Amino acid sequence: MALTGIEIYKFLPKTNCKECGFPTCLAFAMKLAAKGVELSLCPYLSEESKQALESASRPPIRLVTIGTGDRKIGVGNEVVMFRHEKTFYNPPAFIVQIKDTDSTDDVAKIVDEVSSYSVERVGLELKLNGIAIENASNNGDNFVKCVALVKSKTDLPLILMSNNPSVMDQALEKVAEAKPLIYAATKENVDQMVELAKKYQCPLAVYEPAGLSELAELVTRVTEAGVEDVVLDPGAREFGQSLSALTQIRRLAIKKSFQPLGFPVITFPGQGSGGIEEEAVLAGQQVAKYAGVIVLDRFTPGVVYPLLTLRLNIYTDPQKPIQMTPGIYEIGKPTKESPLCVTTNFSLTYFSIAGELESSGFPAWLMVCDTEGLSVLTSWAAGKLDADKIAKTIKEFNVADKISHRNIIIPGGVAVLRGELEEELPDWKILVGPRDAVDVGGFLKKQ
Amino acid sequence: MSAVEVPTEKWTGKIHEVKLGGNGRKSVVVGGENMLPFLHFEGKIPNKPIIAIEVQDRNPTDWSPHLISVWGDVLADPGAWAKKAVEYGADIIALRLRSAHPEEANTGASEAKKSVDTVLSAVDVPVIVLGPGVAEKDNEVLVAASEAAKGQRIALGNCEEKNHRTIAASCLADGHIAIAKTPIDLNLAKQLNILLCDVGLSTDSILMDPTTGALGYGIEYCYSVMERLRLAALGGDNMAAMPMFCSAGEETWRQKESKITEGLPPTWGDHLERSLTWEGITAIMLLNAGANIIALRHPDTVTLAKASIDKLMSA
Ligand code: B12
Ligand code: SF4
Repeated sequence: MALTGIEIYKFLPKTNCKECGFPTCLAFAMKLAAKGVELSLCPYLSEESKQALESASRPPIRLVTIGTGDRKIGVGNEVVMFRHEKTFYNPPAFIVQIKDTDSTDDVAKIVDEVSSYSVERVGLELKLNGIAIENASNNGDNFVKCVALVKSKTDLPLILMSNNPSVMDQALEKVAEAKPLIYAATKENVDQMVELAKKYQCPLAVYEPAGLSELAELVTRVTEAGVEDVVLDPGAREFGQSLSALTQIRRLAIKKSFQPLGFPVITFPGQGSGGIEEEAVLAGQQVAKYAGVIVLDRFTPGVVYPLLTLRLNIYTDPQKPIQMTPGIYEIGKPTKESPLCVTTNFSLTYFSIAGELESSGFPAWLMVCDTEGLSVLTSWAAGKLDADKIAKTIKEFNVADKISHRNIIIPGGVAVLRGELEEELPDWKILVGPRDAVDVGGFLKKQ
Repeated sequence: MSAVEVPTEKWTGKIHEVKLGGNGRKSVVVGGENMLPFLHFEGKIPNKPIIAIEVQDRNPTDWSPHLISVWGDVLADPGAWAKKAVEYGADIIALRLRSAHPEEANTGASEAKKSVDTVLSAVDVPVIVLGPGVAEKDNEVLVAASEAAKGQRIALGNCEEKNHRTIAASCLADGHIAIAKTPIDLNLAKQLNILLCDVGLSTDSILMDPTTGALGYGIEYCYSVMERLRLAALGGDNMAAMPMFCSAGEETWRQKESKITEGLPPTWGDHLERSLTWEGITAIMLLNAGANIIALRHPDTVTLAKASIDKLMSA
């Protein structure tokens, strides 16, 4: 549990020597509570105080890293139950599972598709995060071959799935430097799996479906043996079980500071559902209700795109909508004669209209007003998009100098602004565009 | 090591129960839960969330080709459409009087009455009647709908701050339920509920529509506001404890991802699969945030959502 400034203060030397860079010990304590500085700035902490404060400042859910390099993933380190309380920080990793019984061609194809999959939304590239390889054949050679093949084709983080420690050992020998997640330690193999995790310095998943007490017990064995990077699998597969188990784990970690379950959770929505759409819907639930790693049975763009969109939505800081910098943007290569459109600086809004303008083939100027990151209708309703704002934005960015005409196209959703604008901008002609961005091409064609 | 204690929350509040239908018509009760959605270890959810299928009083020729092909001929006939919706698993019909919109046919009270009569006599499940979403027109057609359905305990929406007196009066006179709609804001939602109670509606006759944004189009805001409303209700705030109605189908199927079929990047995947997933994910998010009634458009999503609800209920 996070300590308050006053609680932290009790552990400090209270000499106000200022060496930490703060005028008083109390000021330093306050900053620590806000997680704005490192404890190590105070050189005079006793060993006991240091330990007490470190364990108190340990995140309730450990941040676990899987993989290396640019595409490594960090999961866990969440601090709230509900996103409105602060925000969710580390989006769950989407991993696609293959089996070592799949043909080499199939494996190669899926790995290529998953690695290169990238879909653009609000100017961001949304991607998948890794490949899980299941030892479905139960045969060590097959598994090692398959793992090596996958590794040769991708830099994505990997999950190695086998309950057989000697098979796992052989595979790790080939790919351990890529820091794959070892899946999984169970009651039966826990000691050997722990040895492997230590030997190869890889994170370890712990699978125990018997209940959270049993899971916590097994995890404790793992951590006491020296493995800190743990991922939990409570084995709860279906909608209801998943929701209950993951909620309980999250509550125990965050509200009770229960360290044995203070780790990210891995889920397998395909195992708890009937078809691909149901798998997607369950995976969707798990994005919000509390998965750290989500392993999909199949790769299909038609479900992956909505899932990646959901992840982006849910992991957006509720206090800060994704925003554009206000200004005048060129779409295509506009000239002085090209049309001028107005929009707001909510990223979703900007990219909706910018994308449609681009695909319409008409070069255009797109003027983005500062509406504090609100959409067209929301900002209008909140009084943040009005004639005055539009007129000021035209001035601020010298828009009139960029064009030879005096026509300005406003979104159809705020057609009511027309009258006001005609008064505010007497030299301009106000054109009301379509309500939906998709119709802007047709609209420009008619102009 | 000692056993892990299940971390339960002690809630003091409970969602109001609202009964729709009855009086010869089938009835269904929503609400009554005293815990966060589907967390059976800490409370009871006596009535599971239900699925409405949206029916319109006017052939929606601008709908996605997938919706048009799956519904076929019935789109031109609200009665047949409602019947087929029940066959597809609708627990309740959500009739949208879209032709009354000033930008559509701008029809009035008598057409509204006719459409409501048609649907009421075609099916025996409870009915929700939604106006075109323009407050003045909503008044006109919802009052007519209310009279036409007297005693059948339908739900009438949108009831907004602007027109709440009119809608509430109709609900009181004819024994119906108001759907109080506010734009994604905890306080506005509570305030409208208070206003409705002030003019005499009781808490068993109010549903709230906190406004739905589709996946990719504001779902995160709606999800969080619904979670906050539900937390407030369970914390004992009676004016936040109305069951929630969400119009997920309408929101998702009007987005580009579901509506447009050409010129899309291959990374968006198969059109039907994407559209169904879009609607299905929107629905599961709303369910997890506490929705009690979700209106959908595609029969496959209805099947999917109902299967998910059953699994969430049986854990
Ligand atoms: C998410 C949301 C919010 C979020 C804000 C999200 C954000 N960053 O903007 C929150 C919860 C904060 C919010 C708050 C409010 N909201 Co709000 N909100 C929505 C919601 C659900 C989705 C909005 C959205 O993101 N749309 C997607 C974007 C991309 O749409 P867009 O910007 O309009 O852009 C489209 C078109 O306009 C067009 N376009 C864009 N630019 C251009 C340019 C040109 C030239 C052209 C041709 C086209 C074009 O392209 C886009 C795609 O087609 C809608 C309801 C709904 N289901 O749509 C209500 C809605 C917009 N909100 C509404 C209201 C009233 C409010 C509040 C004022 C409520 C209140 N009193 O507190 C507040 C105001 C905020 C404040 N006080 O700070 C009302 C507006 C009513 C109206 N018609 O005026 C709506 C419609 C809900 C409703 N039915 O009542 N809201
Ligand atoms: S360095 Fe340590 S002892 Fe000195 S003021 Fe800072 S907190 Fe206090």
